[in-house]
Amino acid sequence: MTDVIAERESKVIQGRTGAWEIVIGLEVHAQVSSKSKLFSGAAVGFGAGPNEQVSLVDAAMPGMLPVLNRFCVEQAVRTGLGLKAQINRKSRFARKNYFYADLPQGYQISQFDEPIVGEGEVEVEREDGSFFTVRIERLHLEQDAGKLIHDLSPTESFVDLNRAGTALMEIVSRPDMRSAEEATAYVQKLRTILIYLGTCDGDMEKGNLRADVNVSVCRPGDYEKYRETGSFKHLGTRCEIKNVNSFRFMRAAVEYEARRQIEIIEDGGKVAQETRLFDPTKGETRSMRSKEEAHDYRYFPDPDLLPLVVEDAWIEEIKQSLPELPDDKRRRFISQYGLSSYDANVLISEQARADFYEKAASGRDAKLVANWTTNELLARLTKDGHDIEDSPVPPEHIAELVALIEDGTISSKIAKQVFDYVWAGEGSPKAVVEKHGLVQVTDTGAIETAIDQIMAANPDKVEAVKDKPQALGWFVGQVMKATGGKANPAAVNDILKAKLGV
Amino acid sequence: MSALTNITLKAALDGLKSKAFTSEELTRAHVEAIEKANPHLNAFVLPTFERAIEMAKASDAKLAKGQGGELEGAPLGIKDLFCTEGVRTTACSNILGEFVPTYESTVTANLWRDGAVMLGKLNMDEFAMGSSNETSRFGPVVNPWKAKGSNASLTPGGSSGGSASAVAADLCLGATASDTGGSIRQPAAFTGTVGIKPTYGRASRWGIVAFASSLDQAGPIAKSVEDAAILLKSMCGHDAKDSTSLDVPTPDWPSFVGKSVKGLRIGVPKEYRVDGMPEEIEALWRQGIAWLKDAGCEIVDISLPHTKYALPTYYIVAPAEASSNLARYDGVRYGKRAEGKNLIDLYENTRAEGFGNEVKRRVLIGTYVLSAGYYDAYYVKALKVRRRIAQDFDQAWAKVDAILTPSTPSGAFALGDKAADPVAMYLNDIFTVTANLAGLPGISVPAGLGADGLPLGLQLIGKPLDESTIFSLAGALEQAAAFKAKPEKWW
Amino acid sequence: MAIDAATVRKVAHLARVAEPEDRLEALAQELNGILAWIEQLNEVDVQGVEPMTTAVEATQPLRDDAVTAGGDPARVLANAPKSADGFFIVPKVVE
Ligand SMILES: [Mg+2]
Ligand SMILES: [Zn+2]
Repeated sequence: MTDVIAERESKVIQGRTGAWEIVIGLEVHAQVSSKSKLFSGAAVGFGAGPNEQVSLVDAAMPGMLPVLNRFCVEQAVRTGLGLKAQINRKSRFARKNYFYADLPQGYQISQFDEPIVGEGEVEVEREDGSFFTVRIERLHLEQDAGKLIHDLSPTESFVDLNRAGTALMEIVSRPDMRSAEEATAYVQKLRTILIYLGTCDGDMEKGNLRADVNVSVCRPGDYEKYRETGSFKHLGTRCEIKNVNSFRFMRAAVEYEARRQIEIIEDGGKVAQETRLFDPTKGETRSMRSKEEAHDYRYFPDPDLLPLVVEDAWIEEIKQSLPELPDDKRRRFISQYGLSSYDANVLISEQARADFYEKAASGRDAKLVANWTTNELLARLTKDGHDIEDSPVPPEHIAELVALIEDGTISSKIAKQVFDYVWAGEGSPKAVVEKHGLVQVTDTGAIETAIDQIMAANPDKVEAVKDKPQALGWFVGQVMKATGGKANPAAVNDILKAKLGV
Repeated sequence: MSALTNITLKAALDGLKSKAFTSEELTRAHVEAIEKANPHLNAFVLPTFERAIEMAKASDAKLAKGQGGELEGAPLGIKDLFCTEGVRTTACSNILGEFVPTYESTVTANLWRDGAVMLGKLNMDEFAMGSSNETSRFGPVVNPWKAKGSNASLTPGGSSGGSASAVAADLCLGATASDTGGSIRQPAAFTGTVGIKPTYGRASRWGIVAFASSLDQAGPIAKSVEDAAILLKSMCGHDAKDSTSLDVPTPDWPSFVGKSVKGLRIGVPKEYRVDGMPEEIEALWRQGIAWLKDAGCEIVDISLPHTKYALPTYYIVAPAEASSNLARYDGVRYGKRAEGKNLIDLYENTRAEGFGNEVKRRVLIGTYVLSAGYYDAYYVKALKVRRRIAQDFDQAWAKVDAILTPSTPSGAFALGDKAADPVAMYLNDIFTVTANLAGLPGISVPAGLGADGLPLGLQLIGKPLDESTIFSLAGALEQAAAFKAKPEKWW
Repeated sequence: MAIDAATVRKVAHLARVAEPEDRLEALAQELNGILAWIEQLNEVDVQGVEPMTTAVEATQPLRDDAVTAGGDPARVLANAPKSADGFFIVPKVVE
């Protein structure tokens, strides 16, 4: 574990009384991409009319009983395996009791002391390319709540239970993030893993992935003591910021909250452990009294459900069906294709990108393909707000383009032009090269003629280059100009050197 | 028409099949009996006579063609705990208001599938919490039996008091009931009827208003052991909508009634001889032992050492589960709502007005034993003692095939007698509650009359899923006891 | 572990049951009576005993992930004390 500590990079905040550090732990709620709810046969989806996706079980009608969705269990196991976590053969559902208008049963069915997934870890890359590890404490399955709408009446709230009972995976991390940047990088990584696994669509705008952010502050050195001893007494009192559903908000919420806590302590006060809400319009967090009202949840095993047993054979079957995970893919891209860590990361950040790349790179100069994919294609797609799935340029065209460069048919410079035509929908790179007459001139005769003409017209330069070989570039430029950029640069260089005697 | 109401379910089914009478005639006879008796007994809280006649006519049409199920045309009463589609269901609590389910409980759906006719909804203790049927929002049920030389109104027991009273008074051929700590067997014992709680998981809990999920089981109250077997067979069966429903076949229980019990080993647990138990209960128990011995059973003294802890265990487990199960009654989606200046007020007022005192008491106890700091000391401790109680039975099954005990520590008592002392009331279930904690089948059979002329019952507890054996034994007891007494009609 | 009026007040609030102040003392008495009787469980040795949460010796059954319910808001709202435009309605909740 000491090496894990060594790689830590805490962000230091200067207060009036000295330096402070931030400690962040996250509870990420990821909606399982199932057709029906965790314990009922009502549909899961977005955009239905109020209470249209509600079964009698979800509405907690008298005598209604929960029956567990096999697919949701499988996704939890799958996610656990993706987080390199321990899968618990036996787990249990418990009731978390509290009253709220979005909670029809008066309790949330969740997992308490016996979750389906135990300890795991996630490797996360920072923006500067360095890595850190976030320890996963657990992953458990639980029901989502319904939705309250407050703006339809000044005196009343409207209750829509469509979301009530939807399956969530709650992924709880240890407090292993030391800055807002690390927290967002972790969630980004988690999101990538979930999407790779297909267990959650990661759609944060729809609330399908959201995080409760636990923030505390401590003095430099305290966190290391916590890591050595495992004792939370070395850390400050934490506040939980509920339901943060964008990376931007997460950054803002952490920064605000850390400064708020430092100010309280420096003013001689004490941070109260509480649940807070981030207000995006004000950029502040505020106390959430509604949730503070009663936090004695009286967890107990749900007597309507039996112990959940996941057999080894089932786990093995799920293991066999796992895709190559982002970390493994990144390592393979670096070793197999000789890519830089940066390029590899860009390409594996989405499964579709990685697939696109591998299709294009097959049999070609893999680094060149990576350059064209990231620098040209992805840049343009991002600019137009498109995903790689709706790229107007298929991987075959990138491969063809690179092949044309490789065999000297076109130069890299011409290739950019070719790419423009292909992007504009004019056809395959080959067709475009043909149509626009962009074939590179490798005919040495033609190149020699051009060079002879230039030398004849510029005797002074011919003399000058003898003393100053760097001036060769001027001749190259002139030859390219004369050939409309189609001359093979290597050939031009060779012939020039021979003729000029440099 | 009393001839059509004082017969057993079995006799009625035979009569229907042989066309001695029609279901409509049979049903109308019961409607008449209810109209006459109900103002006095208060057993039905919602008669559904129109529906009953319709169902009877439909049954007659089937019977005429020689079709129909095993209960075709038989009029029954339904405890108000069972959700019935389109028919108000309240669990006899104010908090459900005029709730009309849009769905039918699995158990009642099974009965209708087999051709039964619904006469109406039966009174009960609020949310099945009570042993005297005095906690109902509709007022207490009166036992058709009266003590010799007294005119005092007696309790039929609870919580299935309406079911027991209606069957004892011949207002229906049988009734559904439910048993969380003894709520089928104690009222059956108090009214001279037969009541069985099957193995936990035999009867689906889907659509039954929940009291304590890990203990609740549905079962019938009937006029004879055979009737109970016929009804239970129809009620039970695997239901995928209840995760705790057992995926096992339902035996043909009626065929086990009348079977020889020769050679069966009967356990007599010494711990059921409790302090202050009336001698006539002891005598009845001895009599039961003698009857079974005569029938060829071997009597074995056994020990169930944790018996005395069963009730305190129950009064932690059941309220804990209930406090959570009853959280859904909040005035938002159905039932009664009391207004409040904000949501919390709405909840607190709705639940204060909607729940009766006994329900509130149990909700508070349940909330307390689950709350931070008390969970381990009370709730987890109770679950461990529960395991000890179940283990006592496991050990007994190595030596015996069934266990014989009294059903209750006394006969029926006067309404109001124990209302002031919750613990005294709870002690009613001292012999029945162990079967709920261990999930075992238990049946109460009327075995005689006490000195005051009131019926008393004997209980048989069986191995898990071995209702068949206790039906055979109950049949033997019934035959030996030849219990033919009926309450005198004073209504 | 005797219960006092303050505990009853707290528990009643947790359970969302309004109990008038003048009832708290009497309720505390009542609950103490029941709890005193329950205390006898302390006599039982439960060392190493696994808590028994159910009488069923089976594991949780699983259902297929198929849409088999919902799509009928009228049925869900049929018994609502107050509803409009397909929603249940409660007094304004401040989050
Ligand atoms: Mg949480
Ligand atoms: Zn959660």
